[in-house]
Amino acid sequence: MKGFILSFRSEFYKTRKTLGFWSSILLPLLICLLLFIGFLNNSDKQAHTPALMLWIEFSGLILMIMGSFILPMLIIFIAYSVNNIEHKADTWKSLFSLPISKLSVYSAKYFYAVFLTFLCLALFALFTLGFGNLLSVIKPTLRFSEYHVEGLLARVYLKLFLCSLGILSIQFLLSLLFRDFLKPMGIGFICAISGDILSGNWKYSYFFPYSHPMLAISTIENGVKNSHGNGPMPQIAVDIFTREIFVSLAVALVIFVGGYFIVLKKSVK
Amino acid sequence: MVIDTEGLSFNFGKQAVVKSLSLKVPEGSIYGFLGPNGAGKTTTIKLLMNLLKTDEGNIHIFGQELKSNRVKILSQIGSLIEQPAIYLHLSGKENLLNRALLLEIPAKRVDDMLDLVHLTSAANKKAGQYSLGMKQRLGIALALLPDPKLLILDEPTNGLDPNGIIEVRELMLRLVKQQQKTVFISSHLLAEVERMASHVGIINNGELLFQGSINELQALNQPQVQIEAENTVDAANLLKRNDFTVTEIDDEHIFVPFTSKQKMGEINSLLNKNGYTVYSINKQQKDLEKLFLAITQSA
Repeated sequence: MKGFILSFRSEFYKTRKTLGFWSSILLPLLICLLLFIGFLNNSDKQAHTPALMLWIEFSGLILMIMGSFILPMLIIFIAYSVNNIEHKADTWKSLFSLPISKLSVYSAKYFYAVFLTFLCLALFALFTLGFGNLLSVIKPTLRFSEYHVEGLLARVYLKLFLCSLGILSIQFLLSLLFRDFLKPMGIGFICAISGDILSGNWKYSYFFPYSHPMLAISTIENGVKNSHGNGPMPQIAVDIFTREIFVSLAVALVIFVGGYFIVLKKSVK
Repeated sequence: MVIDTEGLSFNFGKQAVVKSLSLKVPEGSIYGFLGPNGAGKTTTIKLLMNLLKTDEGNIHIFGQELKSNRVKILSQIGSLIEQPAIYLHLSGKENLLNRALLLEIPAKRVDDMLDLVHLTSAANKKAGQYSLGMKQRLGIALALLPDPKLLILDEPTNGLDPNGIIEVRELMLRLVKQQQKTVFISSHLLAEVERMASHVGIINNGELLFQGSINELQALNQPQVQIEAENTVDAANLLKRNDFTVTEIDDEHIFVPFTSKQKMGEINSLLNKNGYTVYSINKQQKDLEKLFLAITQSA
């Protein structure tokens, strides 16, 4: 366990000045900021929109951009950047000649990629909340503060996080095995597009990890459509553990374990 | 023995890169692991570091089997393999601090290492802006950081200027003399290691052609008689007709294996009697570089 913690801390130390790390922070900030500016400019048109609808529009736009394409691509990029730092510096050999078990080195790197994905999605939720509430402070006609969306957003982003793990594991393994940029990125890119297309057109698309973000967004949309209660605080049900989430978790587990055995057998050249 | 391998073999596909290698590296030695480029030196080092899986044979380091005691053994080794593995977006100091963090070494030692390899003034400069020699010195500092009992260095003087080479040599000698470390150092240049190595292993095409102390290597080195004479080709033929072995001829010199002073005198008078003027005649030791070439080329 000590080896894992030391390796995890080292991952942070190494990547804290890289684009891979900062993209997890800057991407949610940038997207939320742009939507914040857009809402601010159109605040007059939204003056009479109920609070829930405002939140659905604000966070829904973010989620649609995210789920359709940006989230899979971000995951592909995170998995690539965490491994590329070693390929680029030719440091696999020194990493695996340290007195730390291979399991610690491998799992610390994997969980660091998981952490970056979690950080990014958590920041999306936080910035959505922050900018939404900031809008109601700056423009009191935008009544974001009248509806408490925290719990809903937490569930939505938790679902997105869980459905990211399948893609993350596949991309992590590809980026670990292939030194060049094109193979993991190219495969990931094609799979992400295929996932988008398949999610609406194939009934078994929940078996394909790259379709999971879109499927998760669809279940959230359905939750919104089926919201019940007409009062000021209608309830929106978001079922976190749907079948694509189970598939995503199963894929993540299998690939993580399989990846470890590949690392054990693989020669470090 | 600090390193003891038996029948160590490794193949890249069908190509045998290391063939039944039996290395014996005594404690407290500087072991020069020599061989031309592509001889299998780096592959052997990677096998010693458990980076490559051994196809056949076994490796014992500090008397323990490597595979089953990997972490324990690696905790006592500092290594530099091929070109230094350095994060170019971090400064030299950050590279060392990252390694210190992984190995739970106090940050104070990082400053000591920077000082030791003369990188204190460039400590905060990004490693990507370092010259090849500076990167090599940072690589050596990374290897020395955990204060290991055994140092495995793969061509550590690559890219260093003559001063840097002398510094590395003196550092290795100091580490062995004052701190009883063992150093395993690979090189393709005998001249580079002959001044510091106590033991030598010569490898070519994956096979160990010689292993022993530097004195044993010297003992292999037969002295020869160098004769400077006119018309060397005819003079050499005369010597051959008189049952002398001629090993080498050039425009000005003839080389004959040294057997005794008397034989040297006989050669001199034989040539003079037959009208070949001898300008000089002396006993000469072949330099180790030539011996190294002879060993690796005859294989």
